[in-house]
Amino acid sequence: MSPTDLAAVWLTLKLAATTTIVLLLVGTPVAWWLARTRHWAKGAIATVVTLPLVLPPTVLGFYLLVLLGPDGAFGRLLQASGLQPLPFTFGGLVVASVIYSMPFVVQPLQQAFEAIGEQPLEAAATLRAGPWDTFFAVVMPLAWPGFMTAGILGFAHTVGEFGVVLMIGGNIPGETQVLSLAIYNHVEALEHDAAHRLAAGMLVFAFIVLLLLNVLRPGRRR
Amino acid sequence: MSIRVRFHLPYPAFTLDVDLDLSGGGITAVFGRSGSGKTTLLRCIAGLEPTADGLLTVNGETWQDGARRLPVHRRSLGYVFQEARLFPHLSVAANLDFGRRRIAERERRVSLTQAVELLGIAHLLERRPERLSGGERQRVAIARALASSPRLLLMDEPLAALDHARKQEILPYLERLHDELEIPVLYVSHSPDEVARLADQIVVMGDGRAVAHGPLTDTLARVDLPLRLGEDVGVVFSGTVLERDGEWHLARIGFDGGEVWVRDGGAAVGRTVRLRILARDVSIARSHHDDVSIMNLLPATITTHAAEDHPALALLQLHVGNTPLLARLTRHSARRLELAPGQQVWVQIKAVALVG
Repeated sequence: MSPTDLAAVWLTLKLAATTTIVLLLVGTPVAWWLARTRHWAKGAIATVVTLPLVLPPTVLGFYLLVLLGPDGAFGRLLQASGLQPLPFTFGGLVVASVIYSMPFVVQPLQQAFEAIGEQPLEAAATLRAGPWDTFFAVVMPLAWPGFMTAGILGFAHTVGEFGVVLMIGGNIPGETQVLSLAIYNHVEALEHDAAHRLAAGMLVFAFIVLLLLNVLRPGRRR
Repeated sequence: MSIRVRFHLPYPAFTLDVDLDLSGGGITAVFGRSGSGKTTLLRCIAGLEPTADGLLTVNGETWQDGARRLPVHRRSLGYVFQEARLFPHLSVAANLDFGRRRIAERERRVSLTQAVELLGIAHLLERRPERLSGGERQRVAIARALASSPRLLLMDEPLAALDHARKQEILPYLERLHDELEIPVLYVSHSPDEVARLADQIVVMGDGRAVAHGPLTDTLARVDLPLRLGEDVGVVFSGTVLERDGEWHLARIGFDGGEVWVRDGGAAVGRTVRLRILARDVSIARSHHDDVSIMNLLPATITTHAAEDHPALALLQLHVGNTPLLARLTRHSARRLELAPGQQVWVQIKAVALVG
């Protein structure tokens, strides 16, 4: 494998890991809120979170580029606070990936939270556990398969993204060039052997991920 | 115990509206049909109904008044739900410890050992909740609530989800709890049997209101209450075992006002027992008869009488000494015997049940 390919593999893993951690931190409260609220805005928020599922990645990437670019609302905000503009940087990739993979993390978590229901939470409260205490002592252990599924799906989906990354990150080797882009470059350059090595790796990875998910599926334990 | 409860909670289907002063220890049964608001009342007291308006003080400690509400986890209470609600990811031992380790050392009045022993679950500690029977699960849930040393124990039909055999398995433990711990209990039930066996006081609920409350014996003996016990109208009072007759397997029980013979239930002489006499098992004679099969003939005074739900029936309250009895008879008989308050009559008691 060439050094650029290795850099692409490393970058992809780094991006997926960072994205997954951010997603679990951001997605957990969102999923918790969606699972428990009766707020009128629930439907709208749930739709926004799900939107990346059906939106063409290039559309999402395009709007992110516009928003985060030097002339976009967020871009100006960033510049005003003395920060680097996000497009074509690793940070930009993380932001885009978090939004793009959000439904893959929020939905399994939301389902896991909904399955727990009100009853164990009430029982915990009558046993002197406050809301945070209940979350860590009861909800987390009971929703554990949901967290595993969410983490694996978020990671795998980030590894496989193409369109969003291309739009927001460009194709800078060692900087924003992820695996899927590297494969695309190889094919464009008619380097089919190199493309094969990376593509086969991805295939095996995808297989292992799905296998893991099947093994972890609740109800199949023990 | 002194609990001041005032709640108003409107729901589309019904409105809970109670104003109660519960005092005196022991077990207070909250009794009524399903849909009468028993469970809602209990959930309000626990703080599990966030929209309930009201006032709640428990032993001088304010749990709710006006805008201030103590959150559920700050209330020193134990709650036993209809379904045990054990935490499935924890062993029985860890379930028991869940509440206990969350209270301050000096607040721990019930030890884990005591709770385990009282409910007879020492052999279950290592198990997972999914490997327990329904009765065992509920015993663990009761022990778990006790182990958090609550000042008030709320039990929401803890036996309702169990079959008859399982109920009989748990009732003795509840009686021990009553005898050995000083924690006041609010016990929601729609079963007259459980109430007769366990309760010291009773709150009768109907359509979201507390229709009556007071000591069990006096309240059950009221004829003006729509208790809606149906076939189970009757009184419960306590007595002492005076004598056991080995030949006939009978026991003589003395109570405030007289004595009755009952089937010997095994209670030792001197023990206090509860007696339950249903109104349909009491009949009335104007004069004393020896030539009847009924053993328990007692002189009584008629105190009041009232109409029953069915137009053919009447309900009579009598007193044997200080102990009230209820008798159900046809209106026709009441007229034929010219029964009226103040009159001296003989009651013939066909069946007396020892309920604990």
